[in-house]
This record gives sequence, C-alpha cells and structure tokens, in this order.
Amino acid sequence: MSSIRSYHVSLLQQLESEAIYVLRETAAQFRNPALLFSGGKDSIVMAWLARKAFHPAGLPFTLLHVDTGHNFPETLSYRDTFVEQIGARLLVASVQDSIDQGRAVEERGHRASRNKLQTVTLLDAIAEQKFDACLGGGRRDEEKARAKERFFSHRNDFGQWDPKNQRPELWNLFNGRMHQGEQFRVFPLSNWTEMDVWLYIRQENIPLPSLYFSHQRRVFQRDGSWLDAETGFAQPQTEEPILEKTMRFRTIGDVTCTGAVESPAATLDDIIAEVAAARQTERGTRADDQRSESAMEDRKKEGYF
Amino acid sequence: MDLLRFTTAGSVDDGKSTLIGRLLYDSKSIFEDQLEAVERFSRKRGDQHVDLALLTDGLRAEREQGITIDVAYRYFATPRRKFIIADTPGHIQYTRNMVTGASTANLAIILIDARKGVIEQTCRHAFLANLLRIQHVVVAVNKMDLVDFAEERFEEIKEAFTSFASRLDNLVEMTFIPISALQGDNVVDKSTQMPWYQGPTLLYHLETVYVGTTENHVEARFPVQWVIRPHSDQWHDFRGFSGRVAGGVFKPGDAVTVLPSGFQSKIKEIHTADGPLEEAYSPLSVSLLLEDEIDTSRGDMIVKSNNPPQMGQDIEAMICWFGEKPMSPRGRYVLRHTTREVQAVIKEVRYKVNINTLHKIEDDLEFHMNDIGRISLRTSAPVIYDSYAKNRITGSFILIDAGSNETVAAGMIRG
Repeated sequence: MSSIRSYHVSLLQQLESEAIYVLRETAAQFRNPALLFSGGKDSIVMAWLARKAFHPAGLPFTLLHVDTGHNFPETLSYRDTFVEQIGARLLVASVQDSIDQGRAVEERGHRASRNKLQTVTLLDAIAEQKFDACLGGGRRDEEKARAKERFFSHRNDFGQWDPKNQRPELWNLFNGRMHQGEQFRVFPLSNWTEMDVWLYIRQENIPLPSLYFSHQRRVFQRDGSWLDAETGFAQPQTEEPILEKTMRFRTIGDVTCTGAVESPAATLDDIIAEVAAARQTERGTRADDQRSESAMEDRKKEGYF
Repeated sequence: MDLLRFTTAGSVDDGKSTLIGRLLYDSKSIFEDQLEAVERFSRKRGDQHVDLALLTDGLRAEREQGITIDVAYRYFATPRRKFIIADTPGHIQYTRNMVTGASTANLAIILIDARKGVIEQTCRHAFLANLLRIQHVVVAVNKMDLVDFAEERFEEIKEAFTSFASRLDNLVEMTFIPISALQGDNVVDKSTQMPWYQGPTLLYHLETVYVGTTENHVEARFPVQWVIRPHSDQWHDFRGFSGRVAGGVFKPGDAVTVLPSGFQSKIKEIHTADGPLEEAYSPLSVSLLLEDEIDTSRGDMIVKSNNPPQMGQDIEAMICWFGEKPMSPRGRYVLRHTTREVQAVIKEVRYKVNINTLHKIEDDLEFHMNDIGRISLRTSAPVIYDSYAKNRITGSFILIDAGSNETVAAGMIRG
C-alpha cells in the first residue's frame, strides 16, 4: 500500500517564508536598504525574520530608529540589547535634532505630539544616508489605508505615496525599479494579522519589551485613551487625575500618543487569549490615528512609513 | 490547508461590498471601533443606513465618492481557517484589478444579481478566473430576496452559467449558492427562506472546500534570489543559494542542474536558520548548499537534473495590458520572470480576445489598457520557464516600461 505524501505548510510557515522572500528581494533589488526599527513588536518580528533570511551571514540592512525622543525607557534598553543580539548596525535619527536644526517645528499645546515630525526626520535620514528603500513592519490588517499598500510601495522623490496610482503587483513579482532620487517602502508583514504576529512570537520565543505584559502603571485618561504618567512626556491637565492601574500596551509608539489598555495578561498565552477576544482594533489606542478619518493616509502621502 | 486566499468578482451594484461586509460582520471579524467609525462617516455623509462598504473602502477618495479605486486586502479568521480576501473594484480598471487579485487567489467568488442573471460581466469574470487558473469558483446568486427566493430562478441561472463555463477548461470545481447578502441568507447562517436549498452556506463552503494546493510538487524548481556568503571565521566556506522553492521537492543528495549554465552538482545541505531540513518544497524559503563550487547567482535556477524546465528566448504568452500608453508594436520592455530580468521585444501580436464573447479579434491588434490577448516575445537572454498551466510561479512574468518604470503588462506563458 502506498501512501500519498502530503506537503503540509502551516499558516505561520507560509507567512514566514513569504516575509523572508520579500526581505531577500529587498536586499537584491535595492542598493542601500534600511530596516525601520522602533522596538515595537512588528519591527522586532521583521528584524527577527531578517536575521533568519540571511543566516548565517549578518543583516544586509542598516537598522534605522526614528527616535521621537519620547520613548519608554524599556523600549530603549530593549532596543540596544536586541540589536546587539542579532548583530546588526543601528542608526538613530532623532526628531529632537530635526527640531534643534529648525527642520521641524514642535507642535504646541498639551496635546502636542511628535508623530507627524517623524516624517521630516525620516526623509532627512533617507537623504543623508542615501537609502533607496525602507523596510517597515506595517500590516494591511491594522489600518484601512494600509490595506491598500503593496509589498513594494513606490514613493516619489519627496517620499510621497500616491495611492491612486500604484503599480499593480501580481504573483510574487515585485517591481522595484525607480528613477534617481525616488524611493520605496517595503512591507514584508503585509499579510500578517495581529494574531499571526503574537502566535509567531510565541512559536519563536522572541523576547519582547516588558511593556507588552501586564504591569502596574500610573496613567491618566484623555479622549478615551489611558496615557502614561510616569515618563513625564505626556502632561496631564488638572482635570485629568492620575490613577494607578494594571495595564499593558497593545502597540508601542511615541509615549504621548500611545494608549495603554487595562489588562491582567502577563504571559504570551494570556495575550493571545486577549487578542482573540478583543472587540477593539489595536490601533484604537493610537491617538495619532484618531486625529481624523484619514490620518494614516495623509501621513503616508507626506512620506510617512 | 490553514489559509484560503480568495478574490471577489462582481459588477457595480451587485452587492459585493455588502457581501464582504456581511461575511466580516456575521463572522464577528469587525471591531467595535471600526463599526463606530463607519457609523460616524455614514451619518456625516447623510446615508440612510450604515454602509458596510465603508469597511472596505480605505482611501479618502473612495469614501467620499462611494467607489472602490484599488484592490484592498481583507483578513479574517474562523476557528477553521484564515482567509485573505482580495477585494477588487467593480468598474475602474476592472480587468487590471481583477487579474491582480486573482494572481494570488485559490478561489474566486463570482456574484450574480438574481434579477439580472448571467450577463456580459459574469462571463468576463469567469473568463478571467479561468485565464489566471483559479480552479475553484463559487457562483453566489445574490439578491434572492428580490426574486421571492424562487428555486426556478436559481436553477435557470445555474444552467446558464454552467453552459457558458463549459467552454472554460481550467475550472475544476463550481459551487452555486443562493444568497441574500443584505439579509444574510446563506452567507454565514442558513436561510430559512429557501428550504429547497440543501447545500452549504457560503462561509461553511469557504471553510471546508478542499482546494488541495496550487503548488506544484512534481517539477523541482528553485529560482536563486541571493547568494549568502558570510564573512566570518565560523562559516568561512559557507556558500548558500537562497530562494523560495517554486515547485517540486528537493532533498540532500539530489542531482541538480544550474540553469542557464547547465553545470551539474548534488545538493549537500538544505540550510535554514533553524537547522538543516530533510526536504524542501514549495513555498518554503531556504538556502541550498551544493557539493561543487559552481558559478551561480541571482536569476539562475536550480532544477532537478531528471526533470528540466524549458529554456529559450522565444516566448509565447497570453498577456493582459495595464499601461496607460498602448503597447508599442515591436516595442522593447523589461521582462521580469522569477528572479530574472531580461530585455524583451514584442515580436508579434497574434490576437486579442473579446472577453465578453470569448471571440478572437484579429483585425485590431493594438493593446490598450485592460486588453487581453496572445503575443510572442523575443528576449535578450534565455528565460527558464514552465507553462503557466504547470506552474504559476515559473510560468508568469511582468513587463516593465524601461522609461517610466511602470508595470505595464502581466503575462502567462503557454507551453
């Protein structure tokens, strides 16, 4: 009796091998690509996959951290340890420097955020370092403008996205050709969902910043979000009392616009159960997306990630 | 299979967005804040009801105009499967978008308005699904509520579609489901209005349909993407050809040939960051180590010696034209195929296809945007290929305009 051999490939294997394929295409098609690394879980997974894609050689990318200066201390210490572990080169482009040089103007008022200013710093770093492609951890499931993104997203010489005029992307054939001065953003995790990312982190046992797990934190509430009151970057007003709560972060970004969620989830298993039952999107905690109906689209058109 | 990729085809106003909204909503894949945002926008625009299509229209221009401009990808999961929907717009650049969405899909849902029946657009959708070799088609007969849930009407449409589809030879399996996307009949929950229908609901079918695999596990193909040469003492002699298996199965010890050079060797090891593998098959990304030092680089293909692909500079293909500018006769383009890029010149346009009637057009051979037809190409260097019928990866290519760098055509190689 002969048995039919089945070549089963699990969902995570499929996503992993697709992301590795995209990372290798990026290395092959561009002269000087950078990998955008924020210390958030998506960029951690992307860097993890990059290490796998070129193993046993090192990463053929520079890691680029666009630093708003409003970081959780945990993110920075995690960043430095992780970068050393995977043996990568890290370049920090600082929004504070852009402000000091008069390239970017700080927003005013207690709702001021440096989120928009990141674009200036990113584009300056791209110009200075002559990066022709930036790998980002963006996923199509996380935001409606991102649902329209290609794996290889063409940007003009101002770094701008033109969503109405994108190159068709068929099969696994990516067209990374461009004119002098133009750029690309590349998204290897396009087809991953939030759940896939967490399942992969558990499968691979990838270390994460402690902020993702439940802990006691002093916070205050603004526009329905719980903002951090410990780092001092977000300034509570008098009508915004500070409370201590059991919190964790679902996404990690600039302190001033990243909301925490109340959660007892202390392990990856807990988080996966929580994500499975969630009734709010993960970017629901991001004040940067709530500014308008098309906040993300507008930022991408300006040259954002 | 854990993952099903499908595309949806429908014409304007046949309820495609409502159907996708319904699938997402009834399978509880919509989050509260997404729904609130949609409600807010609907109110602001003055809609009478919450427009579920707003869930899939991501761009500002789309929401303002109430149309879909570009392919969007949607994700949802049930305990049985994860789904990726390529949601393609019904009007603007229809063919281009549907071909794009279909290129990575295993299944297509073709929507038919029960009142209108099989119309020209339906034939076009079926033709494109067939051309891209999507073997599984669900014909969702929508708006059954507007034809009194009549079995006769459903049967009529089924017969008309089956008769048309008999001329399309790649469709392996067709399933007909009577639905009402608006009211939810047979989308996620079984309809109480159509007791005569004994088949599955749409979601149940999507969760359980056996799509086997579109991967080819017979002819072993490995397009080389990148050569890994670590400059370290520990891995001094390591030389790995990295890529994603495009077909067949590779094992250590297999006799392989590197094309186009024709050099032969054996596989020494299948390397991954997690350790060596006993075998590698599509679609896994790995690195192959060979027994001999052979000159190999990006654009080459490693194949099993006993089962080589075709190799040559004359290509016959069906293409779909995407460019704003019409194809120039005897024009030169960049042809990207697997990891290889060569120059190509259009040698001859054989015919175009009227995709509504399937008739060949032989008196007007100029390709404009969305035209489909058969051409022959001559390339500057050999292309290593299989027919698209055998292998979607080694049988497909795109043409790029070297001046604008735009992707202007998609091609499927004929055997």
